[in-house]
Amino acid sequence: MKNAWKYVLAIIAVVVIAGYAIFSSQRNSNVATTGGGQPSSTPTPSGSGSGATSSGTGTTGTGSGSGTGTGTGGTGSGSGSGSGTTSLYKNGTYTGTAADAFYGTIQVSAVISGGKLTDVKFLQYPNDPGHTAEVSREALPQLKQEAITAQSATVDIVSGATQDSQAFQQSLASALAQAKV
Amino acid sequence: MGMPISLEIADPRAGEKIFDRVFDYFTHIDETFSTYKETSEISAINSGRLAPEDASPEMRLVLMLSEETKQLTRGFFDIRTPEGRLDPSGLVKGWSIWNAAQLILKAGFADFYVDAGGDIQPHGRNAEGESWSVGIKNPWNQDEHVKIVKVTGEGVATSGTYVRGPHIYNPLTRKPAEDIASLTVIGPNVYEADRIATAAFAMGTDAAAFVESLPGFETYMIRNDRQAVMTSGFERFAAA
Repeated sequence: MKNAWKYVLAIIAVVVIAGYAIFSSQRNSNVATTGGGQPSSTPTPSGSGSGATSSGTGTTGTGSGSGTGTGTGGTGSGSGSGSGTTSLYKNGTYTGTAADAFYGTIQVSAVISGGKLTDVKFLQYPNDPGHTAEVSREALPQLKQEAITAQSATVDIVSGATQDSQAFQQSLASALAQAKV
Repeated sequence: MGMPISLEIADPRAGEKIFDRVFDYFTHIDETFSTYKETSEISAINSGRLAPEDASPEMRLVLMLSEETKQLTRGFFDIRTPEGRLDPSGLVKGWSIWNAAQLILKAGFADFYVDAGGDIQPHGRNAEGESWSVGIKNPWNQDEHVKIVKVTGEGVATSGTYVRGPHIYNPLTRKPAEDIASLTVIGPNVYEADRIATAAFAMGTDAAAFVESLPGFETYMIRNDRQAVMTSGFERFAAA
């Protein structure tokens, strides 16, 4: 009879250990990371330009005193090649920890469906001293609004999408749409 | 990167050499970071031929800056596409323009601008001795500009529908914020402006509130109803 108790204790120990292992692995699979790193202070880029230093004389320009060069980089071509999609996530809704962004506290909830991130819900909003709470879903009173109107004055430079890029992206999108299974 | 580059140096000493160096630099950037070139370093990483830790110092720097930007913007900026490939173009663009500007400054020129694909780093003054004037394109009419800003050293970056591209490159949708037509960000330099513009564009109409909360950044956000929303400090850049 004494030996039977030893077996019972051993079985209980195995069941407890196995149960703990299953339980902790289930907990791990439900943890979702939504980028909760510490924000850094305003970063400064420290990239190094790779232009070679040159010695020698440059040509002196004449006339109006400004040089203008225009180059065109090669337009991208080629089809997108997506590899076979693997589900990186399990379906469900996951709540991240409340994290300290440099402009306030933020907390997100990530929705996974079809194995992919399909929605991110904000549970807390940036709360800047001097601003009211829940500012990011409504227009702040100090944001100004106006209808856009064409400006006739000439400018030195133009910022915005280029026709070529738009056309290229449209074309790429249609190619990829055909490539989908 | 497949985009047009414009460069103006308002200095009679500027000759072919400096222009060649800048364009050579952008060619190098394209050959390293273009996801459309199979021979690029980023393609080698994406195809598994090259491990990120074995990549060039430049590539490793860009990957590090991308990770930092992702954390800074709570994941709204992310160079990893849904297919699992890396596409750092949303950061490389502004970063490379800023590097080109440093190149020009080190060559001894103080009055210039570099424009790559509509993202701009100006410095100093134009040939008339005035601040550089930048027009913000009408998203529905490429021949018009709808707002004019004057900048000396600030960077100007515009994210538009062409940046977002096909829907699959924007995995984060945040209801009920509506999509926007374009977002122009003015920041301390074009690297900062570009990465913030890229991240903010993914937030739809919430982008303006996000930029309002960032000290040192202003934005002109054009919605699909043709209304523009601007941050409270934007007007100081606006020309009359």
